[in-house]
Amino acid sequence: MSRLLALLCTALIALTACSGSSAQSGPKTLRMTVWTANEAHLKLLNEIAAEYKAAHPDVTEIKFDSIPADGYTTTLTTQIAGGNAPDLAWILEESAPDFVSSGALAPIKAKVEKAEELVPSATKLWEKDGELFAYPFSTSPFGLFVNTDLVKDLPATWDEAVAAAAGKNLVLPDFKYQNWAVLSAIWRGWGAQAWSDDGKQCGFASAEMKDAMTFVHKAIFTDKAIPGPGTTVDFFAGDAAMAISQISRAGALKDAKFGWTLLPLPKGPKGDYAVIGQAGVGVLKRSKNAETAADFLGFFTNAANSAKLAQFFPPVRQSLLNADTLAKSNPLIKPEQLQSVVIDGISKGVVKPSHQGQEELNQTIRAALDPLWKPDADVSSVLDGVCAKIKPLLERS
Amino acid sequence: MTFWTYRRRDNLVGYLFVAPALLGSLAFVLIPLGMVGWYSLNEWNVLGGTFEFIGGENYQRLLADEKLRDSLVATAWFAAGLVVLNLTLALLLAVLLNQKLRGTTLFRTLFFSPVLVSLVAWTLVWQLMLQPEGSVNDLLGLAGVDGPNWLRGESSAMVSVIVVQVIKNVGLNMVLFLAALQGVPAPLYEAAKIDGAGAWTRFTRITIPLISPTILLTSIITIVGSLQVFAQIAVLTQGGPGTSTTVLIYYLYQQAFQFHHFGYGATISVLLFVIVAALTLVQWRMRRKWVLHES
Repeated sequence: MSRLLALLCTALIALTACSGSSAQSGPKTLRMTVWTANEAHLKLLNEIAAEYKAAHPDVTEIKFDSIPADGYTTTLTTQIAGGNAPDLAWILEESAPDFVSSGALAPIKAKVEKAEELVPSATKLWEKDGELFAYPFSTSPFGLFVNTDLVKDLPATWDEAVAAAAGKNLVLPDFKYQNWAVLSAIWRGWGAQAWSDDGKQCGFASAEMKDAMTFVHKAIFTDKAIPGPGTTVDFFAGDAAMAISQISRAGALKDAKFGWTLLPLPKGPKGDYAVIGQAGVGVLKRSKNAETAADFLGFFTNAANSAKLAQFFPPVRQSLLNADTLAKSNPLIKPEQLQSVVIDGISKGVVKPSHQGQEELNQTIRAALDPLWKPDADVSSVLDGVCAKIKPLLERS
Repeated sequence: MTFWTYRRRDNLVGYLFVAPALLGSLAFVLIPLGMVGWYSLNEWNVLGGTFEFIGGENYQRLLADEKLRDSLVATAWFAAGLVVLNLTLALLLAVLLNQKLRGTTLFRTLFFSPVLVSLVAWTLVWQLMLQPEGSVNDLLGLAGVDGPNWLRGESSAMVSVIVVQVIKNVGLNMVLFLAALQGVPAPLYEAAKIDGAGAWTRFTRITIPLISPTILLTSIITIVGSLQVFAQIAVLTQGGPGTSTTVLIYYLYQQAFQFHHFGYGATISVLLFVIVAALTLVQWRMRRKWVLHES
């Protein structure tokens, strides 16, 4: 009986997990998972797809499958586990190390048009052994959005920003006291890092991190500039003086009823810096149509289409990274802001922290940081605690 | 002699009748159950597409996993809090609503209605109400109490999750208790009254023993249900603050679906299965001791 059961299970696994490595002939369909459900985004994506289909009659359908950003990676990996992997997928920067190192993605360098003009700081995360495993289609620097109705003197340093926002809210829309990696947009100004570049050493207990987090803690509980845990304040509805967010969010300000401007991140004790969030699009190796999918990816990200995508997703092609080109597709943002926040940001920015086994690190750090979000927290000992918890995880990889 | 004897034909009809149900439970219960057991003996890297037999390694890991211990403690707290609060409240409501008074039907409907509400919608509304400036704290403020940040404190988060779950489901147990109460023969109470038994004595000596089969049933349902609570945790606390509300099933979800350790996740679900089976067995065995009669 047990042998029969094992046999049955193996057969089922074979059916679900290992199906479809053989190439398919005849009409082909492609499916790409994306986390946007924004109509304008999807319209552009479908236009690009329609153009590709017109030139390639054997491709009968290219479907963009919107999965909510919240839980995106979990849904994607569940699809893969269930034998229902998409052909192409958007991938968040934090999952990049897992996807790139696992061998889940097919190499795409040969298919990328003029791969040599991609900004090296932006492709680093998606490379292994000199090969590119996903195209960084969106590289979005963090900036400081300021509501000019509420703030008259524009801040240049973190101290000025917190002073100006006291009682008027400086929000980090994606943080929610969960997504701690967003705080890297602040702590980089102190020269702090979540972990060393090789990913082996924990950086939370460093003096720089302790100074930066003391500053954040004070901004929340003493200066009352950053809204406390459980409080939601919407900058894009005009309820907050400032927001630290990615410039791809500027679209939400199209119909803003208040004056606003976009500044580079304020200077920290270590001076100027920039932090970028990234998204790549890769081809799943397990796809039946991996070859076609890679070909479509090459088309999707060629110079002409990158220019179109640039209105929503900041590009990584040198030829597009100038204020004039970007201004055409970003009417909401002034050329000098594009230069200081986007172009300078992309070239000198560091990407938000990411590591192999990121999700486990995320949850462990989130849990270890929770005691920090209380008025009487001991910042230094909480941060030492974070390192104690994640040390085994960093050493594992 | 023909092959199709009367008896064989009769048996075949019988098998055909049970076949749909048998196939259903085979496809949706037994095979998945077997597969979970098989997965737990393997290391399954979903992204890399590797599936490797590792024997008992996942089970060894289970024994050494500190986070699992935390999560078992959280599960025990949750289950204990839920069962005690749910059963007490359900019995209290049932006794109150078992009176022949005006308006009891309205209150019965009122207390039962949360059972019908979509779980996630219910939890989302409570999430808003439990915010620091939410309506729960507004109400407490009217009474002069400065309410805590419910979902951010370790013990208050656990209390919140339990209370939200109890209010959601107490109506179900209440209805079961009501039915049981109405099955208690009235002459017993009359006889006890004549013998001079007070209200409390009548409750503990007549009501409780006579509804004990229902108490057993509701406690099994509630305990098993408490071990499977997921959506409330996922919406309200995501297992936090710290790991204070990371109950076993949420930890299982994290390991399998968030951390991509599907093999280890399967191992945890085997553990969960064993715990549920053991608890049910113990309660079932104990029924002889404290269930007075069985109909």
